[in-house]
Amino acid sequence: MIRTLVALSALALLSACSFVPTTSPTPKTELVVYAASSLSGAYATLGSSFEAAHPGVTVKFSFDGSSTLVDQLTQGAPADVFASADRPTMDKATTANLLTGTPSLFATNTLTIIVPQGNPAGITGLDSSLDGKKLVVCADGVPCGSATSKLAVLLGVTLTPVSRETKVTDVRAKVESGQADAGVVYVTDAKASGSKVDTIAIKNADQVKNDYLVGVVATSKSSALATQFVAWVTGSEGRKVLSGSGFTLP
Amino acid sequence: MIRPALPRWLAVPAGLAALFLAVPLLAMFGRVDWLHLPSLLASPAAIDALWLSLRTCTASTVLCLVLGLPLALVLSRSRGRWATAGRILASLPMVLPPVVAGLALLVALGRRAWLGRHLSAFGVDLAFTTAAVVVAQTFVAMPYLVVSVEGALRSAQEHYEIVAATLGASPITVLRRVVLPLAAPAIASGTALAFARALGEFGATLTFAGSLQGTTQTLPLEIYLARESDTDTAIALSVVLLIIATGLIAATSVFSRVKGATS
Repeated sequence: MIRTLVALSALALLSACSFVPTTSPTPKTELVVYAASSLSGAYATLGSSFEAAHPGVTVKFSFDGSSTLVDQLTQGAPADVFASADRPTMDKATTANLLTGTPSLFATNTLTIIVPQGNPAGITGLDSSLDGKKLVVCADGVPCGSATSKLAVLLGVTLTPVSRETKVTDVRAKVESGQADAGVVYVTDAKASGSKVDTIAIKNADQVKNDYLVGVVATSKSSALATQFVAWVTGSEGRKVLSGSGFTLP
Repeated sequence: MIRPALPRWLAVPAGLAALFLAVPLLAMFGRVDWLHLPSLLASPAAIDALWLSLRTCTASTVLCLVLGLPLALVLSRSRGRWATAGRILASLPMVLPPVVAGLALLVALGRRAWLGRHLSAFGVDLAFTTAAVVVAQTFVAMPYLVVSVEGALRSAQEHYEIVAATLGASPITVLRRVVLPLAAPAIASGTALAFARALGEFGATLTFAGSLQGTTQTLPLEIYLARESDTDTAIALSVVLLIIATGLIAATSVFSRVKGATS
């Protein structure tokens, strides 16, 4: 019994150790990228093409909400590159001296309405057609929510959503499943939902843009490689992939 | 006869385990902005979330008792394949990731789902309502009540019941005067666990009910949202949640001990 316990704890320790990145045999060729959730599709593609162009380099991603990632960086998370989905969050990171140099603007995103396939509730835009319908938006504290509020003020409409989600993907899920009649999401999310939803453009949506910025993390041990990745994202390869995902280029 | 002592070295891993559980929870108390705690907790969103949580958890705990207690009683007397299947079913939501529970509720009771469509034909539309929160909480919390009560009932001695029945007590009298009083400590701790689990419910609520201040945004959802912009409020609310949960568990363990001593 005791022998089993000791063996088990040794096993647990061993398996835990193998996940510590510093014990990896080639630490210099591994690039860790912290990026906003909405970038997951485009960045995964960019990561593969970067690996193909730089033999021996492995790109690893952590996709989450921009503010969650900044929290993790503040706690000393071992990242090389950070990409945020809005400027205020990137400002938080630069004020805390988490990055070297000035982050570069590489894409912008605008809002759109998505409705379940066939538009059963007959929504026509961010207007009175939403009255009495189940509208889902992002909460005010998160980037897509702040953008939604700004756009509503600009259009002079008062929104009465049935739910304010913390993540834009939760808005998407509620429209895709037909629980909600309409949702306000980024153009890139609408594109990622594919044929499960219909997209309805919002008037003047291009007046409220979310800026996507990327920079090299100050504590990075492979900052040269990280700088190359940032160039990859802002260069021709990045522009091709990002516009393919629905982003607007600066 | 004196019970033999445990090996002394066991104190080391036991102490480590206690530290492992205590340190993160105590660290949160150290991180709270005590000076601004009242103003942090007085925000309308925080107060709404707290009241909504208390209301929905009370409702779902009552539902757990009304539906879960009979299930525990029936399961405790059942033998065979179906009883085993029932026991597995009754504990499944306990081990499911909450988001899976939310998805399951969505495909069963959502607006597009078979059952959901029939409900809305009767004018019941759960989508984005407080009732949906109660449904999600009951689904994940009921197993805690059923499992703890069923376990106690099955290990209980049956001779008191047999004596009562021999003395002419009807099944309902035996249940009311013998079975339930003997199981009272387990029912109390099961109820507290169910309430605490409902209070902590997050994933299923987010997936199935949505998040709107005063309607579906319970305390855990408000904490998750506050964390995006304001860590101090998130930690202050977490501490409130922690204090409520501690109070609940402590109250029932005291109750169980008093009850255990008198019966």
